Amino acid sequence: MSNIISLLSGIIFAIGLGISGMVNPQKVIGFLDLFGNWDYALAFVMGGAVVFNLITFKFIIKKNKPVFASELKLPTSNLIDKKLILGSIMFGAGWGIIGMCPGPAIVNLVLLDSVVITFVLSMTGGMLVHKLISK
Amino acid sequence: MGLPFLGGIIIALATTIMLFFNGRITGISGILGNSLSKPTSEKRWQYSFLIGLIIGGAILLQLSPQLFQFEINFSYQEAIIAGLLVGFGTRLGSGCTSGHGVCGLPRLSVRSLVATLTFMGAGIITVLIRSFS
Repeated sequence: MSNIISLLSGIIFAIGLGISGMVNPQKVIGFLDLFGNWDYALAFVMGGAVVFNLITFKFIIKKNKPVFASELKLPTSNLIDKKLILGSIMFGAGWGIIGMCPGPAIVNLVLLDSVVITFVLSMTGGMLVHKLISK
Repeated sequence: MGLPFLGGIIIALATTIMLFFNGRITGISGILGNSLSKPTSEKRWQYSFLIGLIIGGAILLQLSPQLFQFEINFSYQEAIIAGLLVGFGTRLGSGCTSGHGVCGLPRLSVRSLVATLTFMGAGIITVLIRSFS
């Protein structure tokens, strides 16, 4: 049952990304172009999502018992270290170049565009490199 | 605000469903990164989510192709460099827009707030630098 929920969550997530405009790299780069021709529309994506989850997560964490699992698996680290900062800088730089973060890139695979496929393969490669060197 | 706001709510709904039923945080870079190692039955929820993203994309492309009316005008070099940065960076920094942003900020996680401000700042600076070249 939990796998069906995950599948459903993925489908809904993709639809949200598409409707919001996050799948459009030009729009994302326009949003990041704060000092140029700034397109602020995508600020409402994160805004809407955070407001919604502020309410629902609070309720779910208070209830503290997921329907199909024994416990909530929440991140426990509060560490603000070099890894967090350097990793986020690298991610932001890549995001600024291509205008796609991991979710929209995976959704855009349905376009069967060779550049999108190259990006996703390279992203997967970057994850594997991290896995190798962090052993 | 219109569609971006609605889209944001739908994205949050997906992560709320995941947390409410499965007790999991929907961090896409984490889900993809973890699904790359040896397959186990524990990872089925991660494969299911990733397949869901593709199915959702395919459904949307059929129903509303206008949402995908944009150019992907990047070179292969840009795709490769950006891919390595996004892949390695999200794993080193333990999250991306979904895990740190959509799920971390509502949990009032300072770590996620710092990560979100950092990757947004880095994205803004990257776009600024590239606008000069």
